[in-house]
Amino acid sequence: MLLEVKNLRAGYGPTQVLFGLDFAVAEGGVTALLGANGAGKTTTLRAVSGLVRPEGEVLLSGQRIAGLMTESIARLGVAHVPDGRGTFMELTVEENFRLGAYTRRDPDVAADFARMWEWFPRLKQRWRQQAGTLSGGEQQMLAIARALLLRPKLLLLDEPSFGLAPLIVRDIFAILRRIREESGVGILLVEQNANLALDLADHAYLLETGRIVMSGPAAEIRQDEAIRRSYLGY
Amino acid sequence: MEAFLLQLTACIATGGIYASVALAIVMIYQATHHVNFAQGEMATLSTFIALTMIQAGLPYWVAFAGTLVVSFVMGALVERLIMRPVQHAPILTHVGVYIGMLLIIGNLTGWVFGYTIQMFPSPFEGGGPMLGGLFSAHQLGSVAVTLAVLILVYLFFTKTSLGLAMRAAAYNPRSARLVGIRVDVMLALGWGLAAAIGSVAGMMVAPIVFLDPNMMLGILLYAFAGALLGGIDNPPGAVMGGFLVGVLENLAGAYIVGTDLKLTVALVIIIGVLVLKPSGLFGRVVFTRV
Ligand SMILES: Nc1ncnc2c1ncn2[C@@H]1O[C@H](COP(=O)(O)OP(=O)(O)O)[C@@H](O)[C@H]1O
Ligand SMILES: [Mg+2]
Repeated sequence: MLLEVKNLRAGYGPTQVLFGLDFAVAEGGVTALLGANGAGKTTTLRAVSGLVRPEGEVLLSGQRIAGLMTESIARLGVAHVPDGRGTFMELTVEENFRLGAYTRRDPDVAADFARMWEWFPRLKQRWRQQAGTLSGGEQQMLAIARALLLRPKLLLLDEPSFGLAPLIVRDIFAILRRIREESGVGILLVEQNANLALDLADHAYLLETGRIVMSGPAAEIRQDEAIRRSYLGY
Repeated sequence: MEAFLLQLTACIATGGIYASVALAIVMIYQATHHVNFAQGEMATLSTFIALTMIQAGLPYWVAFAGTLVVSFVMGALVERLIMRPVQHAPILTHVGVYIGMLLIIGNLTGWVFGYTIQMFPSPFEGGGPMLGGLFSAHQLGSVAVTLAVLILVYLFFTKTSLGLAMRAAAYNPRSARLVGIRVDVMLALGWGLAAAIGSVAGMMVAPIVFLDPNMMLGILLYAFAGALLGGIDNPPGAVMGGFLVGVLENLAGAYIVGTDLKLTVALVIIIGVLVLKPSGLFGRVVFTRV
């Protein structure tokens, strides 16, 4: 397993938000984390990347990462695209790219830039523009590119469809599918839009107020009556 | 006319001093998004350290380089030991800490080195008046040093990946951590660099105004006005702002308000910029589209 999480608990100060989660992401697999607003999806991703302090076990390729600093977890190969995207608005697209690859000293950085231009041609057109001037879709693309430039083993995506027009969401998920096929990175995907998420994922977990209430292969979850009614809308 | 030209050259020389202190202020701002009110006192302490090295017999430029190193370490230590523990405290706590540091460092300097006014040597002496007698060698030299520091800082922030990481850490610490940047190290580096730049300003101004523990008191206010005028997030702008304030201060002092009200000029500039154009004359306007 690429990521194994056991009895994960986390919260903010005195408020506990996660009450013992168990889940996993397979090597090169996509795991979706579904759930209503406020269920604790964002907090789960933060606990994995160390932005909030986790209790319990978080294993990345068998190595314990719970309790490490965020910057160390990033250096071990976890790239987190946070809610609100976390691009450097004041800096140019090029500078965001350079920061994405900041920890890397290998000679393949230039080749990875070229790969990102291939996946996200619009970013190349905006190369010297300030990230804050990009459209919402372009900013989401920049956030994903910035994360992939770390050459992560695991990509944490927090609602990549948030606030975007349906056509742009479709583009972004098409690119995510391509990334999954061409790069072999494992993805932990948080999405409100369960349809989209279950299309891309091979495994899914349903979160309700900080607890996992259902899990299984994405295809099975999709068939579940209760899920269909409350999250898929048909 | 002759008097006016002389006045103007004096402006440029003092403007250069304001410019380098303004640059130090902007450096801290780039690294932390705070304005360090104790910048001037730190620079004065550095200058006393330089004087001690020179009096111990070291050649000027060796003492100069040594002072840069000592000041860098001092700045980084201030961040580690004083600023780090309050980093999540409210803004008023920070202001309190800056003012406390201003007093403590100032008093410490006075206690260790004494309050007598001392001569400080210029590395550019002996050249005599230059450019038709308008500039002294020291004036020209210190302006050149200021510009050299500016160019180095500018190249550092725009061309090196460490400089880029420092800016990223200031703009968005959380995202910086997510790309693997050690934000705490960047803060310490920023403080160190600012203290080193401040020490250059101190060593350049001391031959003109003489060295005493309160040497930088007035200068800091002008430098702050310059930094605001040029744009607090813009190193080249801060330097231009510093020179501009030097010119305005001297010309206003000589021709308009008289020397008694010179300090008021700085205050008027500060308030004017804050009210009319908070991003400064050359400050970058940040676009945000949601
Ligand atoms: N920074 C924060 N400080 C305090 N409480 C928070 C913070 N972020 C989220 N919460 C609380 O934690 C709970 C889970 O939030 P979150 O993880 O953002 O859910 P989701 O991403 O599933 O919508 C909510 O009750 C929310 O109010
Ligand atoms: Mg969320």
